Amino acid sequence: MNVTFQPFPIVLVMGLISTALAPALPAQQASLIPSSRLIKPEELVAVLQSSTGEKPLLIQVGSHVLYSQAHIPGSEYIGPASSATAQQQLRQRIESLPRKKFIVLYCGCCPWSHCPNIKPADDVLEAMGFTNVKALYIANNFGTDWVDKGYPVTKGD
Amino acid sequence: MSQKRLAIGALAIFVVLGLYFFERSGRSGGRRSSTPGALAPDFALPQLNGELLRLSTYRGKVVLLDFWATWCDPCRDEIPRFVNLQNKYGPKGFEIIGISMDDTPDPVRDFNQRFRMNYPVVMGNAQIGDLYGGVLGLPIAFLIARDGRIYAKHIGATDASAFEREIVSLLESKVSLTPPGPSTDRQVL
Repeated sequence: MNVTFQPFPIVLVMGLISTALAPALPAQQASLIPSSRLIKPEELVAVLQSSTGEKPLLIQVGSHVLYSQAHIPGSEYIGPASSATAQQQLRQRIESLPRKKFIVLYCGCCPWSHCPNIKPADDVLEAMGFTNVKALYIANNFGTDWVDKGYPVTKGD
Repeated sequence: MSQKRLAIGALAIFVVLGLYFFERSGRSGGRRSSTPGALAPDFALPQLNGELLRLSTYRGKVVLLDFWATWCDPCRDEIPRFVNLQNKYGPKGFEIIGISMDDTPDPVRDFNQRFRMNYPVVMGNAQIGDLYGGVLGLPIAFLIARDGRIYAKHIGATDASAFEREIVSLLESKVSLTPPGPSTDRQVL
């Protein structure tokens, strides 16, 4: 009796096992944003302070309590983009803008790899076809990586 | 004449220094600085059941003040460990107070029930953030001694065993201890 080797079931089983064992990555993980779409705090400060060049539309996509305490002057509050409501508000805010508009998203609620808001916001803009979007890379939190460094900040609604 | 010039010069220096420090305070978003062993700022905030919680009524207990939010992954990870710490040390004079920095209480209520949080949770705001030096990132926890003085500030997720060591030390002490030295993830005020 000839037994033929059939790799398909083995591959299928291995695939299922590896899927089950893989660490659960939150869909909203900021680490998945490619580095080409990131801007560092010091780079953004240079852009904001430069007398030339296009100034970005700054959008804060974290919670209002954090925004009220401190935010980048001129930035607009949208709401925590992990929620569908805030994503919809974000769409409404930018839908009329030219797709080449320079937009910077930021949150800073949590360490970068745990931020639940920045990736969903970036996804919204990417899906809408915006081509000049940067996410502000805040490694630890807005207090440590922006406010404590003496970068421009204001408070209130 | 020279005295007049001196006075004008001193005034000019005073004005320049004043402007400098005013500008600095504006740039820092009005964050307050804290000193080692400072009294934890008192506050009164509504709990999820509507009752007002006042921090000063906890004087005599060791208090862990946890600034958190339901959408913050590291915060959520800490909650079950806090529930265990409350169970273990609550009878010995330890109390956790959660200060939610969520914008609305509804998700906090759901979370509170789902995780069976066994300690009071109040809704935070920008004012209490300012009061505690600016809560511009989560989680942040303050450990407060029985005499109401801040013992340590933990920025970011902190190992439960580190909390436990400090809680035990404070529970065993009649008064606040000398704060431990700073580390990368802990800032002692």
